[in-house]
Amino acid sequence: MNAQEPHPRNRPLARALAVGVAFLALVALLLYGVLVSDRAGRDALPSPLIGRPAPEFSLPVLHEPGRLLGSEDLRGQPYLLNVWGSWCPACRDEHPVLTRFAMGKRVRVVGYNWKDEHADALRWLERYGNPYWAVVVDYDGRKAIDWGIYGAPETFLVDADGIVRWKHVGPLDEGVITSELEPLLDHMGVPR
Amino acid sequence: MRGSARLLPLLAAMLLALAGAALQAQPAREAAPPPGFRDADEERRFHALLSELRCVMCQNQSLADSNAQIAQDLRREVFDMMRAGRSDREIKEFLVERYGEFVLYQPPVARHTWLLWFGPVLVLLAGATVVARIVRARSRPAAAAEAGGEEQEW
Repeated sequence: MNAQEPHPRNRPLARALAVGVAFLALVALLLYGVLVSDRAGRDALPSPLIGRPAPEFSLPVLHEPGRLLGSEDLRGQPYLLNVWGSWCPACRDEHPVLTRFAMGKRVRVVGYNWKDEHADALRWLERYGNPYWAVVVDYDGRKAIDWGIYGAPETFLVDADGIVRWKHVGPLDEGVITSELEPLLDHMGVPR
Repeated sequence: MRGSARLLPLLAAMLLALAGAALQAQPAREAAPPPGFRDADEERRFHALLSELRCVMCQNQSLADSNAQIAQDLRREVFDMMRAGRSDREIKEFLVERYGEFVLYQPPVARHTWLLWFGPVLVLLAGATVVARIVRARSRPAAAAEAGGEEQEW
């Protein structure tokens, strides 16, 4: 039957079209993956602590080794807890940004000196300047596990009631501060 | 090429892990449990537990394989909790409360992990459907030819 001829011809065309569309969809997906892979903090873990009470802690103060500073002492006003170490290059990168933010005196910026050496930490702060209201030390990193800390720098915002409101993994930059931290502080009613 | 490039770090990690194990086991090289472990059972439990936990820093390694600082700290924490008599489940809960479900290689089956658990099945089904359709389409002209070219459906 000759009438059969033109009909099956359409079929491969439709199939080619379907394969083409599927292929383009795959390319689009991969392209999306490549573009997203560039985003900072792509593999930052969301903290399960958000909205929950900050872990209880009481740690020695860097500049006064005999004194302890803890979650109870910090209660009543919000504070930013910034995890850093003198060994951490990204902490050096965020240092000017953090310093600028701390100078605004909107909230207390508490340093969490993690897995460091006492002398190195002091020297680092002397060299680059100390933006912190106070620095607590955790050299064996035990307490850090309660915070879910897994690297430096990491930054937590804890409110006046001791609830963790925000966490940022990786170095802070102006963008993060203006687009995330400042609006959240506005929302919490912290005066500028 | 790519395979060998990917294999290299893995090999290095394995060697490092071996080196680490050797260091720990040095004083008693024979079948005796390494210092730190009370007996072979405890050591086995420790390693089994670690292999189910993901390193949070180096996200494609288990806690057992990783040499990152935080992995060492977490291994110590897990060991101390085992010593304190906590069950595997309690230890996992402890870590999940702090680091999130991400630390588990086997997250619980829940609504938000549904796609993770059953996504591969969906993909498999989709693939099977495509294969089935192709097979059917291929066998149809043959059958049609045998039937004397009666087939005109398309």
